[in-house]
Amino acid sequence: MPLAISNSISLQGLEGRVVCVEVDISAQLPAFVLVGLPDASLSESTARVRAACSNSGFQFPSQKILVNLSPASVPKSGSGFDLAIAIGVLAAMGVVPIQKLGGMCFIGELALDGKVQPILGVLPMLLAARRSGLNVVVVPEANLAEAMLVEGIEVMGCRSLLQLVRYLKGEGGLCLEIPQANAESTPSATPQLLDLNQVVGQDEAVAGLLVAAAGGHHISMIGAPGSGKTMLAERLPTILPRLSVEESLEVAAIESIVGVAKLTEGLSLQPRFQAPHHSASVAAIIGGGNSLPKPGAVSRAHHGVLFLDEAPEFQVNVLEALRESLESGRVQVNRSAGSAVFPAEFQLVLAANPCPCGNFGVLGKDCKCGVLRRRRYGARLSGPLRDRIDIRLEIQPISVAAAAGLPSGSLTSQQAMEKVSNARAAAAVRLKPLGYSRNAQMPGPILKAHFNPGRKAIAQLDRNLAAGRTSMRGYDRCLRVAWTIADLEGAGSPTAEHVFQAVTLRGPDQLMGEE
Amino acid sequence: MTSNRQWLGRYGEDRACDYLSKLGYQIVERNARSRDGELDIVATDGPTLVFVEVKTRSSRHSGHPFQAITPLKIARIRRLAAGWCASRQLPNSQVRFDAISVLVQGGQVAIEHLRQVA
Repeated sequence: MPLAISNSISLQGLEGRVVCVEVDISAQLPAFVLVGLPDASLSESTARVRAACSNSGFQFPSQKILVNLSPASVPKSGSGFDLAIAIGVLAAMGVVPIQKLGGMCFIGELALDGKVQPILGVLPMLLAARRSGLNVVVVPEANLAEAMLVEGIEVMGCRSLLQLVRYLKGEGGLCLEIPQANAESTPSATPQLLDLNQVVGQDEAVAGLLVAAAGGHHISMIGAPGSGKTMLAERLPTILPRLSVEESLEVAAIESIVGVAKLTEGLSLQPRFQAPHHSASVAAIIGGGNSLPKPGAVSRAHHGVLFLDEAPEFQVNVLEALRESLESGRVQVNRSAGSAVFPAEFQLVLAANPCPCGNFGVLGKDCKCGVLRRRRYGARLSGPLRDRIDIRLEIQPISVAAAAGLPSGSLTSQQAMEKVSNARAAAAVRLKPLGYSRNAQMPGPILKAHFNPGRKAIAQLDRNLAAGRTSMRGYDRCLRVAWTIADLEGAGSPTAEHVFQAVTLRGPDQLMGEE
Repeated sequence: MTSNRQWLGRYGEDRACDYLSKLGYQIVERNARSRDGELDIVATDGPTLVFVEVKTRSSRHSGHPFQAITPLKIARIRRLAAGWCASRQLPNSQVRFDAISVLVQGGQVAIEHLRQVA
């Protein structure tokens, strides 16, 4: 039979689509031609497929083999089509039965000896295959654990081209189970190294962190070098509620295309923590890629924490670029070979020194920065970005002597996480009719219209507003945080005490002392 | 060695001519040499003028004979054919390029014929 069709999946960003690999063998001078907008790595597929086939014992005919990747107008990339191309050619040659290929899909890169190599992005590919109604997907054995996370579709792992050919001819089987070596380590076996009770003598900051976690509020921490900002930020993911399976699939799909996924151990329900260095470019933070869009740090922090240490040191355009994803929870990445939308719903944690030298306002230390220099430093965080930050913590350094005398924190991450989960559950019930789930998502007008805690509770706030000590925006922010504090304490509505705590946590309107 | 190879090439072209004659082709010219190279066989298939490149091998050690007919070689044959047509009066309206592989192995001769390769 001179014509055969096999299926594979092409990825653009996180969006997968089924690609028909059409193979036609015709009586022409020998040639192996691949059409259908392949990129450089995919064009090289013909060389790999030819060698892999001949080293598996299948000699190509001395005829013209034409391979078309349909739909032909969509740019395609990567080495994951090798397996589908090889099977298509072998079917057109009559080596494997063509009728077996219907409803099947092949993903994998071929080594020259016919081994099937793992590829990136198997998880989102499988999601696309399931959506497209394919029944069976054959993946590289090394990707089997990742592929099996997707339910409702039959997945088989294959080690070599020869093994797959034997299976299609009905002469052998494929791997249906994750290899033992990988299956042994379960996610619960990895110990939690970071814990909230390791933080010593920063009770106010820990309390602020708890509120931030409970309401999903963005947070900033200003404090001298060594005061424990990074330590606190790193522990935020340990007190956030575990991800749902649906959420962790979204996160794993992003990690799968970036190539950092450790999915041999199953889905990790731990919220992610991303701490890009302040020299990072816009492409590294927002997403970029060499012609094809790839997700950046904001997407890798999806449903987790994005920590910007030394926030004022980041390039201004990087900080500005964060605004889109803060606003919409997703980010559009445009590159020459197409654009993609990646989810980017993260909790932002900014940390900064109080001034360039780090000593401004620190007891017993002298700040050497001029007023102008300090003001410029603070102004690098623009108004719109600051507006999004509900909680501002000032972290005072603790001396070694003081720390030695203090007991370690009483609240463990486990206990904190329970409190946070309860508070979030309470907020979710209250906000569900309005289509929100966390206090931090509430726009000001809706907040005031639906969740006014009563005149008595907000009397202080009203006085501040009237006296010009608080802006309208600051007022909304206090209200939001007050609701979260009430949720944490199991109160039905914020009291004057909760509002007062919120005012303290929110700090001054400006992020840093001077502006 | 060289003469041996020349003999093999010559032998293959003879076999190819026999084969084409049996199909009813008229051989117009063989080894039509010009400054740039040589056309192995020029023949007519009814109204069509056919330029045939013949490749002869005595084994498949270095691949199928057709694999030696590269896109570069085809481009050269096209150029030569254009020159050949230009230098004479042509009653034919159509032109075709064919390739014939002759595999001489253990006293057996296998001929494969590809029509319209370019």
